Amino acid sequence: MQSFKAAATTNPDMFCHSSFFLRGDDCNSRNQTRFPDLGELDHPAAAFHHDDAFDLSPSSIFSLKSNNVGVVANTLHYGALNTSIGATAIVSSGTGCLDTGQFMYQKGATFGASLGNGHIENWADSGLADNSQQTDTSTDVDTDHKNQLHGVQLGAVMVDSVDQSKSKSGDQKTLRRLAQNREAARKSRLRKKVYVQQLESSRLRLTELEQELQRARQQGIFIASGLSGDHGHTVAGNAALAFDMEYGRWLDEHQRLINDLRSAVNSHMGDNELCILVGGVMAHYDEVFRLKSIGAKADVFHMLSGMWKTPAERCFMWLGGFRSSELLKILGNHLEPLTDQQLMGICNLQQSSQQAEDALSQGMEALQQSLVDTLSSASLGPSASGNVADYMGQMAIAMGKLATLENFLHQADLLSQQTLQQMHRILTTRQAARALLVFSDYTSRLRALSSLWLARPRN
Amino acid sequence: MHCQTGSWGSYVPTTRTTVGDPLERIERLASENAVVIFSISSCCMCHAIKRLFCGMGVNPTVYELDQDPRGKDMEKALMRLLGSSPAVPVVFIGGKLVGTMDRVMASHINGTLVPLLKQAGALWL
Repeated sequence: MQSFKAAATTNPDMFCHSSFFLRGDDCNSRNQTRFPDLGELDHPAAAFHHDDAFDLSPSSIFSLKSNNVGVVANTLHYGALNTSIGATAIVSSGTGCLDTGQFMYQKGATFGASLGNGHIENWADSGLADNSQQTDTSTDVDTDHKNQLHGVQLGAVMVDSVDQSKSKSGDQKTLRRLAQNREAARKSRLRKKVYVQQLESSRLRLTELEQELQRARQQGIFIASGLSGDHGHTVAGNAALAFDMEYGRWLDEHQRLINDLRSAVNSHMGDNELCILVGGVMAHYDEVFRLKSIGAKADVFHMLSGMWKTPAERCFMWLGGFRSSELLKILGNHLEPLTDQQLMGICNLQQSSQQAEDALSQGMEALQQSLVDTLSSASLGPSASGNVADYMGQMAIAMGKLATLENFLHQADLLSQQTLQQMHRILTTRQAARALLVFSDYTSRLRALSSLWLARPRN
Repeated sequence: MHCQTGSWGSYVPTTRTTVGDPLERIERLASENAVVIFSISSCCMCHAIKRLFCGMGVNPTVYELDQDPRGKDMEKALMRLLGSSPAVPVVFIGGKLVGTMDRVMASHINGTLVPLLKQAGALWL
């Protein structure tokens, strides 16, 4: 609460730019130059005085607006100004700030043209949409005010226009204050609406960006891994990218199918319908093996690298895929109850898939060893002579061995596919549905683990 | 004297050099033992299939075509028989053609391989 008297006498320039804040913005620096130069007011009392203290409550109705600046006041009292500036002599609270966040300047009708260059700070910067609106200006120039006292009544800020009948102006003040309160509230609601709309669109944009980023990141990783090995071989790079994108789509579809299956199981769907859903998931698995086969033909090292999988999955990867025997171990107790025949079938399946996996692993080891032998058989080291024919010969053999990599990947995928199909044969529909859910949940956890790991805080 | 042609051995060098239809030769060799594998020594998939049978407790009879003077012809004959390349590894059980790696693995997974082996006398429980 300030005394205008004090302000009036000390500061002939009744700029109140420093007094008004919009949403906490400091307008000091902004408004300095924008206010009409009231220095031409030659009356020291071209200021305000009042008998009552200012009430700088939030209900004050100063509103700062764009270029249409005016003082929303109950009454603006102007004494005769010796200058042509019918400027808004705004009450200044001196050094204080009216920090209610709801202040707008609004050009009043009386200020009109006289405020040519006296535009107040454009608050549109703070995102207000309703800057162009004007509150009712209750800038009554009280011409009754003969003495050169300028009183600005700021809503609850009572400026006594000296000798006026207080009762009459009291009613007017109240009415005006209420009107301006309503106005301010309306503007505030509109601002809030705009703000919320902006937030919503930002949120949508954020999700879009996140998805884009994830896709780009995947592609980036794949491009990086593709380029690291074969420089300039964009064909392989493209194949890798193509597979990654297809696989991404496959994953989304897989998740959708699994969710359908889950809700079907939980809702105790009949076997006939459940069978169809289970068949759908199985057929979808066939699809991924088909994609992998195409991918391996195009870029076997990319498939082997597992860069198209998440890190944790990659850790457990076997020959570009998963170990079927591990899958059966994971299923473990989830399949119960099993008949004796089923139990035997599952046990045999686990054993045979294990044996097949071991065989393929040993074949891969043999391949690696054979490559080592081939590459080291030609003379190496300082004694390496320029025997190009020898070198080329060994390279050709090595190339041939590498070509069998695709065959191993193919056999590994076939093994997984056949194990899944055999499992489907042994189990009932309901058991098979549960098994598929268990397997899918397990891989989901691995993927989640990867995300958590990647996002972990590092010190 | 009838000499054992190492059924339990691994690599049987063929001593006969009679000119004959390679396919006939293959079939004859295949029928001599319970489990016969035609292989190439440098082939890693052949190595894998050998490991598979050994892991099951079966001792297959292996013919390395690259070590046979008529291996090339036999390889071609096998390719015609199978209708695809590569020709090896290829497995015969009880004289009957089972197939290459994927067929062998498929039959193992779906449970038909073990009964076949038992029937041919290559496996005892």
